[in-house]
Amino acid sequence: MMAKPFFRTVYDVPREEYLAPGHGLCAGCTAGTIVKLLLKVAGPNTIVVNATGCVEVSTTPFPYTSWKVPWIHVAFENAAAVASGIESALKALKAKGVLDPSKKINIIALAGDGGTYDIGFQALSGMLERGHKVMYVLYDNEAYMNTGIQRSGGTPVYAWTTTTPVGKILKGKIQQKKPIAEIVAAHRIPYVATANPGYFADMMNKFKKGLEVDGPSFVHVIQPCTTGWKFDPRYGIVLARLATETGLWINWEQEEGQFRVTVTVPRRKHVRHYFELQGRFSHLTPEEIEAIQKEVDLEADRINKLVGRTVIGPLVE
Amino acid sequence: MGWKELPRGGSILEPGNSESRYTGDWRTFKPVIKQDKCTRCLRCWIVCPEPAIYIIDKPYATSSGRQFKFSVEVNYDYCKGCGMCVEECEPKAIDWVEEEK
Repeated sequence: MMAKPFFRTVYDVPREEYLAPGHGLCAGCTAGTIVKLLLKVAGPNTIVVNATGCVEVSTTPFPYTSWKVPWIHVAFENAAAVASGIESALKALKAKGVLDPSKKINIIALAGDGGTYDIGFQALSGMLERGHKVMYVLYDNEAYMNTGIQRSGGTPVYAWTTTTPVGKILKGKIQQKKPIAEIVAAHRIPYVATANPGYFADMMNKFKKGLEVDGPSFVHVIQPCTTGWKFDPRYGIVLARLATETGLWINWEQEEGQFRVTVTVPRRKHVRHYFELQGRFSHLTPEEIEAIQKEVDLEADRINKLVGRTVIGPLVE
Repeated sequence: MGWKELPRGGSILEPGNSESRYTGDWRTFKPVIKQDKCTRCLRCWIVCPEPAIYIIDKPYATSSGRQFKFSVEVNYDYCKGCGMCVEECEPKAIDWVEEEK
């Protein structure tokens, strides 16, 4: 049975800001939107563990910080490990009576796709297996944007990056994107979800649920990157929404083993609408786009079979 | 400041002190909200990644007679001029104006 969503309209969103302006994220970076809304959901009683990445580098140029909640920077690989340690330390302090045991303190591990798909994966897997009560938020901009757009395990096939260049022989990345949320779901943790800043209420409800479950939770958020994906900064949220409207990004959640698609797409758009806005896909030929479209169609069929009804509709335009 | 005066571990003791870094000089175009056309749907407030768009407790009556208890305003000290709010504004109440010096 579906619980009533916590955030339904824009007026349910709290006004307090816990991310200060003046950070150095690129103009039009949707990571700012994601982190801002994440902190609005979590509130002041929160400890954020931030792996190296765009958000870490640009929000804390020493001696400035944009965070109004306790925040720690750790290396690429150990965000999940440090978050586990903080959770255990708080548990011990509560048991010894140093901290009030009834006080609820949210622990959030925040990492990009490089720090999750590739470098931080074993720490993440360990944290999920040990069952620490931490919410892990992955903002996925599909490459190492902070160090200069190198490919990661999250880069989709055919995407241009500086290490998968486009030329006579190579046409962008050869391999497929790693299905990280499904790998995490295979750890049988209480809550796994994929979210999209284009559907802010859906994303914030997922953050809320992730913080409330007893045990580890994982939220995978797509984050359009104006610098690395090469699009006009103003289309950040438009692109995020297009990813869902074309069926390339499916917003689902798995709560206690129950799989559900939270944003249904009654009429699906052609993937070319998503690709033609981005410079990293500008080398694609119509045949290659049709090949990707076929794969998306198959994936939509698979999701519809899994849910048992049509949640991702037919291709219309 | 020398290293001896720095806090231990390089901690930053003042939360949110990046407010003293003004990023407004990054922009070449600026969004201007037309208060009369704005329906207070707060879409721009949600998407602004800075955050440089704020809800201000200032009542406003439009020329067509609608009463609002609050207004939405852009803080130009921080707005980097990405234009996401202009793209998201459904009633087209945000103008995109070139900066002049």
